[in-house]
Amino acid sequence: MTESNLMLEHPLAKYLRQERMPHIWCEGCGNGVLLCSFFEALDELKLDLDKLVVVSGIGCIGRAAGYVNVDSFHTTHGRAIAFATGVKLANPDLKVVVISGDGDLFAIGGNHFIHAARRNVDIKVICANNFNYGMTGGQYGPTTPLDSWTTTTPYGNIEHPFNLVHLAAASGAVYVARWTTLQVRRLRNSIEKALQKEGLSFIEVISPCPEIYDRYNKLGTAIDVMKRFKLVSEVRHGYDPAKAEITKDQIIVGEFIDIEKPSYGRLFREMTAKVQKKLKGGKAKCERK
Amino acid sequence: MEKKNRAVLTGTHFMSGDLACAEGAIAAGCRFFGGYPITPATEIAERMARRMPEIGGVYIQMEDEIGSIAAIIGASYAGKKAMTATSGPGFSLMQENIGLAVMTEAPLVIVDIMRGGPSTGQPTMPGQQDMMQAKWGSHGDYEIIALAPSSVQEMFDLTIECFNLAETYRVPVMLLADEIIGHMWERVKIPPPEEIVLVSRKKPKVPPNEYHPFKPDGNLVPPMACFGEGYRFHATGLTHDEKGAPKTVSIEEQTKLVKRLCDKIRKNAGKIIKVEEVMLEDAEVAVIAYGITSRAALSAVRKARKEGIKAGLLRLITIWPFPEELVAGIAKKVNVIIVPEMNYGQLVREVERVAKTTPVFLLSKLGEEPHRPSEIIEAMRRALK
Amino acid sequence: MPQKLWRKPLDTEKIKLPMAEIHIIKDFCKGCGFCIEFCPKDVLEKSDEINKRGAYLPKVVDESKCVLCGFCTAICPEFAIFTIEKKCKEGCENGEKE
Repeated sequence: MTESNLMLEHPLAKYLRQERMPHIWCEGCGNGVLLCSFFEALDELKLDLDKLVVVSGIGCIGRAAGYVNVDSFHTTHGRAIAFATGVKLANPDLKVVVISGDGDLFAIGGNHFIHAARRNVDIKVICANNFNYGMTGGQYGPTTPLDSWTTTTPYGNIEHPFNLVHLAAASGAVYVARWTTLQVRRLRNSIEKALQKEGLSFIEVISPCPEIYDRYNKLGTAIDVMKRFKLVSEVRHGYDPAKAEITKDQIIVGEFIDIEKPSYGRLFREMTAKVQKKLKGGKAKCERK
Repeated sequence: MEKKNRAVLTGTHFMSGDLACAEGAIAAGCRFFGGYPITPATEIAERMARRMPEIGGVYIQMEDEIGSIAAIIGASYAGKKAMTATSGPGFSLMQENIGLAVMTEAPLVIVDIMRGGPSTGQPTMPGQQDMMQAKWGSHGDYEIIALAPSSVQEMFDLTIECFNLAETYRVPVMLLADEIIGHMWERVKIPPPEEIVLVSRKKPKVPPNEYHPFKPDGNLVPPMACFGEGYRFHATGLTHDEKGAPKTVSIEEQTKLVKRLCDKIRKNAGKIIKVEEVMLEDAEVAVIAYGITSRAALSAVRKARKEGIKAGLLRLITIWPFPEELVAGIAKKVNVIIVPEMNYGQLVREVERVAKTTPVFLLSKLGEEPHRPSEIIEAMRRALK
Repeated sequence: MPQKLWRKPLDTEKIKLPMAEIHIIKDFCKGCGFCIEFCPKDVLEKSDEINKRGAYLPKVVDESKCVLCGFCTAICPEFAIFTIEKKCKEGCENGEKE
């Protein structure tokens, strides 16, 4: 079979914009693995791809929206969640997924994230966490571990990183999980769950960044980093996200939060129904206040 | 029919400018408002919060103005006519995403009820200090459309016009009112819905596999598919080709895209621009004004005529694209131009640029009080000497 | 890492393992080695063949050992490798290809 035919034979081919492949990500980058798990989840659920919207921010993972064969949008830095909120509320029939990076979602976009979680907007947020700003050459970000070397922390990072699952849970997300790019099956299951759940779901995906963060901090090749994921990951479902830390010796993964809470859209529609019921039969009043 | 009645409040009303603007948006078909409270535009948000559930629209108060503009771009791409309302400081915050709306050609309406600036300034006082920001606020080369109402009725009418222009040209359109127009109360006549002319975005005529989201039609504007219609397109703020694929290296694509985004407004300026000309045929002194100032200017011009001064008024309804040819033509016929503005010289620069050798005088006024007709007449007398 | 069974499962004769076809899209591979490293059956190894990117491609050591777990398909960041089940002839005992 020719190369292009082979690409069409790939079981997940229909989810990719073939003409834009191969993608721009580095050898061993976790972004491709994340996308693959995402596609496998879509495949399992047999979602209507015409009703799926993928929104991404700026960063390496931000290019993901360009590769997914659905309606997609590549926003400005940090604004993917606000944009996704607009999309979902304007057309509640759409399934809206935000795929973005740790810097985009939690530094510049931090405010939008916490409010979307607080409101429980029905969007799914998948965060590729590679502990730095990879696209711009490896600057530190809100998840960079203490003492790490990055180009803007040449003497070691003196800032404490976020615990993203704790932040998401505290802000009100209804489904919070963390996996590494090694645990592809569990990641796929989490994505499936998130896609079927009403409210803001957050999945943190710990990802290697072989060319930049891992190289600067002497963590070895992509395989070394993935093998290390296997060694230090500990699955603790239902664990208190505040304690689910990422340290030098341990990455606590699992599904931490899985609760039910009505989404903003649902509450808005219920309120609208009540308002319209009251108005039925009467003319709208032109009220001053 | 119930819903339609509720959307268009046909009849004669006594309303403030902010309220009229909100009702105008609703009459234009706006069904998504994303905003943030800011004096003096808060009343628009409050009205929308009350009215949107009545008519099946969506109101969301975002966490900041940046979230607001991002959300309305999303809503626009999901198929809704979307709007936000803010003032100077919020308008500044929105600039980056205005650039995104321009780049992704999202139809949007942004209402800016201008106040005293810069920075926090005088929140409850009028100003006309965002005229240049509307055009130049975001980075890069781009064109937008901006309209300036000068009455509460125009707040209603021009908001509808803003939506029509946004949908026609797939561009963010700004309504630049000032706090006085926003907060004053006047009579507004709202026509029956069948008398309101509405324009909606061109939809693609080709099947999804042939659709190129940024391939322009005859008037340089691409037909717009929306999310969920099966077109599966990609839109990005990066420089892109007609298919929407990022083209971050190509000189040809950058040139083509930037020029088309600007040309679609510049080349259609003739169809977009609206002004009001009063007694300009034989005028020796022309007053070029907009917004609240134009009301005093109209009174001044009429009074001046009684005194024997051959005065005329050009009231700018369209601020951007600036009516260059029109102003240049007037400049050739008159001896002097007066530009009264509630700022320290913004649109006067455009007039000067276009008027070339004709002397242009700025009558600047800052703070609460708009220009008095007497001040404008005095300026005319001085200029004519 | 492949599991080493210390006894044979009781229903080994009855259960037919699926037969696999392993496909590698050569020009997509960037040589990260995930598929080689994480295959539970050690079906793949690094070859000397270089594609046009300069990456060393994986090669199949013994396709009959593949159990269609799909891990290589799932773990490859480039969508460069995937497995398809070889269809059985009707009534075949040994999983012969059609």
